[in-house]
Amino acid sequence: METAIVYFFAATALASAMSMLFLRHPMQVALALIATMLSLAGVYALLGVHVIAIFQVLIYVGAVMVFMVYVIMLLNVRDRSFTQRFSLWLLPGIVAAVLLVVVLVRALWNSMPLFADPISFARFSLGMFSVAFLDEYWLHFELISVLLVAAVVAALAVIHVGRRSRG
Amino acid sequence: MWDGAVVDELRILLALAVALFVTGLTGVVVRRNALVMLMCMELMLNAVNLSLVTFAQRLDSTAGAVLVLLIFVVAAAEIAIAIPIVLLLVRRRHTLDLDAYADLKG
Repeated sequence: METAIVYFFAATALASAMSMLFLRHPMQVALALIATMLSLAGVYALLGVHVIAIFQVLIYVGAVMVFMVYVIMLLNVRDRSFTQRFSLWLLPGIVAAVLLVVVLVRALWNSMPLFADPISFARFSLGMFSVAFLDEYWLHFELISVLLVAAVVAALAVIHVGRRSRG
Repeated sequence: MWDGAVVDELRILLALAVALFVTGLTGVVVRRNALVMLMCMELMLNAVNLSLVTFAQRLDSTAGAVLVLLIFVVAAAEIAIAIPIVLLLVRRRHTLDLDAYADLKG
């Protein structure tokens, strides 16, 4: 039963990701991407990795995609990318994509290592994961906060350069 | 020690990760719209996250899940820098079509 639900979420994720290639309006693409992310969160939750499922919804859908949706509403540009969706690389891109999928999936099928069943899912419960995270990986935690600060400073610098070049 | 159904589920999830990654890559190559290309890059990051989570759960290790959290932060930082750049480009030429910026230099 649980495997069937995992496959259902996987099929939903794949279908909405494929529809991202064809949908015309960026808002439709954003909604398809949100559907993909929510189905992936469902897969993570069914695998027992609850922390990642929660953060997938909170960070990706709650922060990144809401930001993206705001920008799409801000820039409602009806330009050439709206009437003509695909670039000149349409045919080579699709051929390369099909070949890449065939090669990678064949390599995956031929060389799959054997794993034991996970004994318990307790490692990925919120409490145990947080303790392990901040015990072993506190330095990485501090470093990614430095990375975030650097990104904010870089975004402000980009805006500042844009203002100055406009006079 | 392991039964067929579990290994099949692992294979299906990794094949899904491959398919999502290649879909995102195709979207970056094929589409014209700058915002759609950014979203396809997000899809590629999501595919990598899926494979990391699958292996972390199967190997019962914390490190993979921690790496996924780091990728979340990298994705947020990427979007926070890319969106102002797109806004500046659109303010200058009033288009999201990346072919209109083919004359950019170094």
